[in-house]
Parts: sequence; C-alpha cells; structure tokens
Amino acid sequence: MESLTSTIQAVPLNHYIFLSAIIFSIGVMGVLLRRNAIIIFMSVELMLNSVNLLLTAFSVYRGDAAGQVFVFFIMALAAAEVAVGLAIIVMIYRNTNSIDINVLNRLKW
Amino acid sequence: MNNLIWLIPVLPLAGFIINGLGRNALSKGVIGTIGSLLVLASFGLSVATFFQVKSTGAPVNVHLFDWISVGTFHIQMAFLIDQLSSIMLLIITGVGFLIHLYSVGYMHDDAGFGKFFAYLNLFVFFMLLLVMGSNYVVMFIGWEGVGLCSYLLIGFWYTNPSYADAAKKAFIMNRIGDLGFLLGIFLLMDQFGSVAYADIFPKAVGAVSHGAPIVLITLLLFVGAVGKSAQLPLFTWLPDAMAGPTPVSALIHAATMVTAGIYMIARSNILFTLAPTTMEIIAIIGLATAAFAALIALTQTDIKKVLAYSTVSQLGYMFLGLGVGAYTGAFFHVLTHAFFKALLFLGAGSVIHAMSGEQDMRKMGGLKGKIKTTFITMLVGTIAIAGIPPFSGFFSKDEILAAAFAHSTVFYVIGVITAGLTSFYMFRMMYLTFWGKFRGTHEQEHHLHESPANMTIPLIILAVLSAIAGAIGVPAVLGGHHELGAYLAPVFEQSHKLLGEHEVSHSTEWILMGTSVLIALAAMGYAYSKYVSGASVPVSDEEERPALANLSYNKFYIDELYDKIIRKPLDSLSNFLYRVVEKMGIDGFVNGLGQGTMDTSKGLRLLQTGNVGFYIFMMVLGIIGILIYSLVKI
Repeated sequence: MESLTSTIQAVPLNHYIFLSAIIFSIGVMGVLLRRNAIIIFMSVELMLNSVNLLLTAFSVYRGDAAGQVFVFFIMALAAAEVAVGLAIIVMIYRNTNSIDINVLNRLKW
Repeated sequence: MNNLIWLIPVLPLAGFIINGLGRNALSKGVIGTIGSLLVLASFGLSVATFFQVKSTGAPVNVHLFDWISVGTFHIQMAFLIDQLSSIMLLIITGVGFLIHLYSVGYMHDDAGFGKFFAYLNLFVFFMLLLVMGSNYVVMFIGWEGVGLCSYLLIGFWYTNPSYADAAKKAFIMNRIGDLGFLLGIFLLMDQFGSVAYADIFPKAVGAVSHGAPIVLITLLLFVGAVGKSAQLPLFTWLPDAMAGPTPVSALIHAATMVTAGIYMIARSNILFTLAPTTMEIIAIIGLATAAFAALIALTQTDIKKVLAYSTVSQLGYMFLGLGVGAYTGAFFHVLTHAFFKALLFLGAGSVIHAMSGEQDMRKMGGLKGKIKTTFITMLVGTIAIAGIPPFSGFFSKDEILAAAFAHSTVFYVIGVITAGLTSFYMFRMMYLTFWGKFRGTHEQEHHLHESPANMTIPLIILAVLSAIAGAIGVPAVLGGHHELGAYLAPVFEQSHKLLGEHEVSHSTEWILMGTSVLIALAAMGYAYSKYVSGASVPVSDEEERPALANLSYNKFYIDELYDKIIRKPLDSLSNFLYRVVEKMGIDGFVNGLGQGTMDTSKGLRLLQTGNVGFYIFMMVLGIIGILIYSLVKI
C-alpha cells in the first residue's frame, strides 16, 4: 500500500490534472462533434472517468480516502445511468432504425 | 310577565318561518290563520305589557343575551319596554293584526299568498325589534330588516319591471339614510363608549358640555330618519312604493315603518333637545316636506298616489312637531295617523277591489251607494285627517300647530295652509271616488261589489279608532287632561326640563283651533263646489293643463331632476370607468401582459430547433459561461 502511494506520488500532480483535462476535453469534443449516439455516450463516460481520475489523484496527494469513496459512488451511479441511457438508445433505434442523433429533430416545441 | 316579553317579536318570526317554509304545502286558510293569529297573540302580550308599564310606571328591561362583547364594550340583545315603545307595540301589533286580517280577503286570489304572509310576519318581527331594542344596534337591526321587508313587499309582483324598479328605488334611497344612521351610531359609540339608551341618555347633558359633537350626531341620525320616513330630499321612493299590494301600503308605508324615523328621534329626544341647530333643521325640512307633498297631492289622479303624498305630508307634520320640541304632539300624530291612514289605505284597497283593479279616480265616481261600508269608513278617515273635530286628526295636528305657533309664526302659517291643502285633496279624492256619476266601463259597473267581511271588519274597527283616538289627547283648553301626554311624560322628562314650557294662552289656542278648523272646512267646501256641484273631473293625460297644475301633476319634476343631476352624471362616470379605466386600463394591462408573453414565446420557441447536437453545444457553452462567471466573481 505504501509503495502504491509513493508510486502514484512519483508523478507530479500537474500531470494528472493535465491528463484529466485532456481526457475531459476529448469527451466534450466527442459529445459535440460525433453524431452516433453510442459514441456520444462513450464520450460522456470519458468525461466522467476523467473526473474520477482527478478525484483519486487528489485523494492520494491529500492522504484523504474520502475522494476514492466518492469515486465508487460515481461509478455505481454511472453504471445505473448507462443502463438507462442504453435502454433509451435501444428504443430510439427501434423507432427510427438509426442511432444518428440528427434524426431526432422531432424534439422541438 | 317579563319572561314572556321575548315572545312578542318571536311569535311573528315563528309565523314567518312556518308560512315561509309551508307556503306551498299549507292551504290558504291555514296560512292566513297562522299569520293573523300569531300577530294577534303578540298584540295580547303587548296589551298586557302596556298595562304593566302603565300601572307601575317603570320601564321593563329584558336582557336576552350578550350579543357582542369586546373588552369592556358590550352590545346586548336586550329589550326596553317603556311608555314610548309600549304604545308603538300596540300600534304595530294591533294595526298589524287588522291588516293581516284584511289581507286574508284582499290577497285571496293571489298565487303568492303564502309568500305574502311570510313577508308580512317577518316585517312585524323586525318592526317589533326596532321599537323594543334597548340600544341603537338592536334598533338598527330592526331598521334594516323593515327596509328589507319593504323592498320585498313593494316588489311583491316582481314580474312587472316597473314594480321591481320601485322596490329597488325604495331600497337604494333607504340605504342613503341608513348610512347616516350607522355613522351616527358609530359616533355615539365613540363619544359615549356604549350604544345602550340607558348609558347614553343620562350622560348626554354632561357629554355635551364637554364638547361632544352632538349636532353632528343628531344630524346623522336625522339623515337616517329622512330616508326611512320619506322626507325631503329622499321622499320620492314612498309614492313609488305604492306598487306593492295595498295592505302593504297601509301597514308599512303608512302606519308603521315610515314612522320609525319619528320613533327614533322621539326615543333620542334628549340628544336632539341638546342640539337646537338640528331641531331647527328638522322643523324646516318637516314643514317643507309637508307643504311640498300636499301641493303634489292636489292634482294626483291615482287614488293610492294621493294617499302616498298625503302620508309624506303627514310625516312632514310629525317632523315639524319634533323640530319645535312637541315630542308628545308628534308622537300623538304618529298614533292617530296610524289609524286613519291605515284605514284610508285599506279603504282605497277595498275601492280598488270593487273596481276590479282600477286605481284611476277619473274612472270612478258615484260609488257611495254601491259600497256603503267602505264609503262611510273612508269618510271617517278623511274627516280625521282633514283635522275636523272631534275626530282624532284634529287633536294631534292641532297640538303640533300650537307648538309651531309658539316656536315661530311663519311655521304656523305654512302649517295651517298645508292643513287646508290636506283637507282639499282628501275631500277631492272622496268626491271624485264616491260622488257624481260612475265613469268606468260597463263591465266594472256590473262587477261592483262590497268587499267580504274580513276586509270590512278591519275598516270598521279602524274607523272607530280614527274617530275616538283623539280622546286620549284632549288638551287642557278643551277641558281634557291629555292622558297620552301624562303617560309619555317620563320619556320626555329631561327634554321638557331643558326646553322649558312655552305654553300659548288659552285664548290664543282657541283662535288657533278656530282658524285651522275654518280653513279645513273652507277647503272642504271649495272641493265640494268644484268636484260635486261643478262635477269637474281631472283632465286626461293627453290634454293641456294650466302650468301650475301641470307642475304639481308631474310632482314638480323631482324625479326628472334627480335623474338629471344625480343619475345621469353617475351614469356617465360609470360609463367612463367602464370604458376607459376598466376596458382600456385594467383589462388592457392584464391582456397586454398575456399577449406580451405569447409574442415573446413565439419568437423564443424558434430557438428550439430539435437538433440534439445544437442542444448539447448550447449546454456546453452554458456550463463554460457559468464557470467563467464564477471564476470572474471570485
């Protein structure tokens, strides 16, 4: 345990932050630019996990386990969200025979 | 005895409830019997109470329950039967019973028979409450209640729009007066911290010397009396009130309700005595009303309208009496007027009944042989009201005139002239109705008949009372003792002390009496020469009249005047408020708000393209915006 902590701490905190920021940005760009609903979904997961990464990193640096506990909650929640989200995508596919989000332009007034 | 007094008003109330609920279920005989007998029972109790008060000389206080208690301020539901109210009780229940009896015959063919008796009973209840209350608030309940019943009964045949309008007119005009009365009560509460007579009157003299606004209080109370008792300028509702069934005109608009104003002032006599300004105003308004209404009555052709204006005129006399401090005289006139005016109205009802609903005197004539009982009783009433001795009207009117003379000669002269006018228009009515040739249709002539016994018996009783009631107030100059004056003395004691006695000498009084009797007889003779010997009949509505007669026939255009100066401006104001303030202002603002929201949302909803990618983009932009904002803020 002791070694793991020191291994993690071998990498400076800034690097974790940059990595997280990059992964988050990739997620955001994915959500914004792709039209495939599943890809968008995956991008959302990327964003979530970048935050998780950041949380664990901070947790180690501060020596506070609360951050990691928090991560577990987020993961559990994400799993539930995935179940719902995928179900929605399945329904969309059944209705429109497509998972292209631009087909969903009926979502207006 | 005292523990039965509460039954006096409650019995008619029970009649109202039974007749009101059972108006369709019970037969006409049962309804009439219940309605009349309960009032008769009240009359019996009133008589017993009267004799109790008379023998002990002490007022009876009956405390039922505390109605409103706020801190130290209490309003009790309590009755006070003193000399004044005991006589009012006798008038209300006694005359009321006779009129109920009469109504059984008069209203027999009316579909609303049950409703009529229910209203009539309710009226008696409220009127009793008005006179029995031991404080102004209970009086006010009765005051409003009789106004309500008056409204209901004037508009009894509500399917005729002009009758319904007359009812509304009476109600609204009364409301103006009631506001004054209510404000007066508030001021009394403010000044005396109580509304009970027993608290206010003994303190009145002291309070006035400490600067209580007694003139304002009495003026406000008088405004109430003006509305209820149909004085200038609020008298126009009373002639219109003749739209109601004739027994109603007799009971409410002649004998009882319209005298409520006089009762109220006589009850508060000490307050009024302390405000000489108000007294002067009361006398002037009373005198003006008496003369004015008499002038209008001169040319009316509707038999009930003549009586209505005559009522207004006689009420004016009573106010003149109050105004010059002759409280006993004014109250005496209330009493005798209740008899002869109820008699005249019931007689007129009997004439109308005989004439199959005709009220226009131009179509009557020559009825004296056909309906003898009605004729004789009405003649008694006419002689009584004209002030010819020894009938009752002479004594009461003369007492008022004598007091007016002691106060001011001008008042007396106008009063006597008005008495002459009274005699003229009343005999004119008699001559047009009962003398000469019959002027109606053949059908009406064929149908002429005397009314049934239950209508003529009240007439006979009232005629006897009209003839002899003067005996209770024979002045000393004629060798009498004025029993009424002696009986009422405790009520007016304080006022009489303050006013002092200004007796006119016996020789003057003889001259005054002689003058008024001569004038009345002369007016009667003139009417005879014009309408019997001259056989003149008022012209029909199409023909030209002399200017003055036209003015009088059209009631001095008072209604038209009110229409012009009050109703029209009010109408324009309401129209302005409706069209500009309501429609453009308030509606415009509310509708504009709604319209504005609709228009903005119409534009804004175009932002929702339905493109999910765009939504997400906007969401991200939004989050970035929030982040930047929070960064900058910190």
